[in-house]
Amino acid sequence: MSLFEIKDLVKYFGGLAAVNDVSFKVEKGEIFGLIGPNGSGKTTMFNLISDYYRPTSGKIYFKGEDITGFKTHKICRLGIGRTFQVVKPLGRMSVLDNVIAAAFSRVNTKHQAHDLAMETLEFCELVHRKDVLAKSLPIGERKRLEITRAMATKPELLLLDETAAGLNPSELDAAIELIKRIRDKGVTIIIIEHIMKVIMTISDRIHAINFGQTIAEGTPQEMANSPAVIEAYLGEEYAHS
Amino acid sequence: MRKYSPILLLFILVLFPIVVRDHYHQHLMILVLMWVVIGSGWNVIAGYTGQVSFGDAAFFGTGAYTAGLFVTKLGLSAWWGMLFGGIAAMAIAFPFGWICFRLRGAYFALATLALNEVMRHIATVWESLTDGMVGILVMQTFVSKVPYYYIALGLAVISIIGVQIIMGSKWGYYFVSIREDQDAAESLGINTHYYKMLSLNVAAFLTGMAGALFMNYMGFIDPEVVFSLHDISIMAILVGIVGGVGTLYGPVVGAFVMVAVHEFFRTGFFGFFKGIAALTGSDMINVFAKYVMQAHVLGFGILVVLVILLLPNGIVGDWNLIVKKIFPVKTREVTG
Repeated sequence: MSLFEIKDLVKYFGGLAAVNDVSFKVEKGEIFGLIGPNGSGKTTMFNLISDYYRPTSGKIYFKGEDITGFKTHKICRLGIGRTFQVVKPLGRMSVLDNVIAAAFSRVNTKHQAHDLAMETLEFCELVHRKDVLAKSLPIGERKRLEITRAMATKPELLLLDETAAGLNPSELDAAIELIKRIRDKGVTIIIIEHIMKVIMTISDRIHAINFGQTIAEGTPQEMANSPAVIEAYLGEEYAHS
Repeated sequence: MRKYSPILLLFILVLFPIVVRDHYHQHLMILVLMWVVIGSGWNVIAGYTGQVSFGDAAFFGTGAYTAGLFVTKLGLSAWWGMLFGGIAAMAIAFPFGWICFRLRGAYFALATLALNEVMRHIATVWESLTDGMVGILVMQTFVSKVPYYYIALGLAVISIIGVQIIMGSKWGYYFVSIREDQDAAESLGINTHYYKMLSLNVAAFLTGMAGALFMNYMGFIDPEVVFSLHDISIMAILVGIVGGVGTLYGPVVGAFVMVAVHEFFRTGFFGFFKGIAALTGSDMINVFAKYVMQAHVLGFGILVVLVILLLPNGIVGDWNLIVKKIFPVKTREVTG
């Protein structure tokens, strides 16, 4: 049994199929890349998984359980954490309070939540910023705060939505290293990313979509050679050369 | 200093009716303390949870009428209303929140405005229960104002401590998370609908208790008084905004300021215009004074504009800014 499975997922916005009949399985412990050109439906997929949108049809399974239509907060408590592409820091709270709020999903007392939050901040190397207001963080650290917050909910499956976008090269390396450490902790990861350096180095398998439909799935090496992927990214003439 | 100022303030408030014996100032202080309770309630739902309520009078009036009905319908003491008024207000808040927390931001605020008006109409029209516009008259328990003062003080202290405990707990973190970003809050496993309901019910309970106190203290209520949009609902917002939205002691400072400003206008700048009119014998000034005294709502409006422009976080929220403006040199010495 796969840890996570999407089956025949369809989402229409009016007459437009944002996600059209996509299926994939994610095995425990792997980093699963989700790629595709802009507007191909990647973020919509995450929003379907965490119930910001209801799918038009199709099923979502987590640990064998059908979680289609579960409320967002319930999905988090089941063990699926997520980050947002457009970061959503709780601006007028300190970084520590941001993470404590997340930690309360697993523990009930303030003391335990504080301990869990500090532990997570240390793991994600953000502890030196704990007393800063979240809104005053630069973008790189905001992205890191997103991950830290999601990790404080102790997820088994983590959905990362372009966490490397907008980072400078050294921050990028740090982000890759962090994602690998999260994987080593036993957390399964689905990652959306445009930066090929990130997606190609860390993914075990990659699923490519375009116009809401699956165009290829395989290892990073297979993807680099796939005509369908090259065509989607670079245009038809490159695919056949 | 900062740590001990609440205790110092409490000490002064406990001594107040012993030192100041005249009824007028005791009356004003009872109103201030009542507004501390209402303001704290408003602060929980609007200040901390970010769901702005324009309908606090719905809960206030429900509390007041519950206390009144304990006398007229059940023949019991109106003091039962102190507990059951809060519970009755929660009974209104619960279905309202259940339905209306699907709305966000300004749309929720509009729904609370509607709740305010709906409750006022119910109290006006349902004459067999509420006696409609005739209102409810009950015998006051005490002749002196001092017992009411201490009851109001107790209620204010309970609400401040209650809010402090709530805001230091899981609930508090969840409330503020919802204010800051509801979508992010959901993704962190927060059942935002449930916690917004909790927050509204806390606010309704406090406001309902204040309403019951009002019934006991004033001895008379009618729908226009306790379900008043501008005298209760808007006043609650002003207490919150002037004092400082989302600060524990904001409602305390806000209540002092707003009751003072209200009284300042109501008495025609503490009789200033009456004095001038008497001195000059001019009818013009008398007429002018009458309009000024009725223009307290306009005065509130100007005050709010000034507060939002100069102190966007309220008096408590921008306290450091105020201190720095008034004593620029002194603070530098302290910090340096």
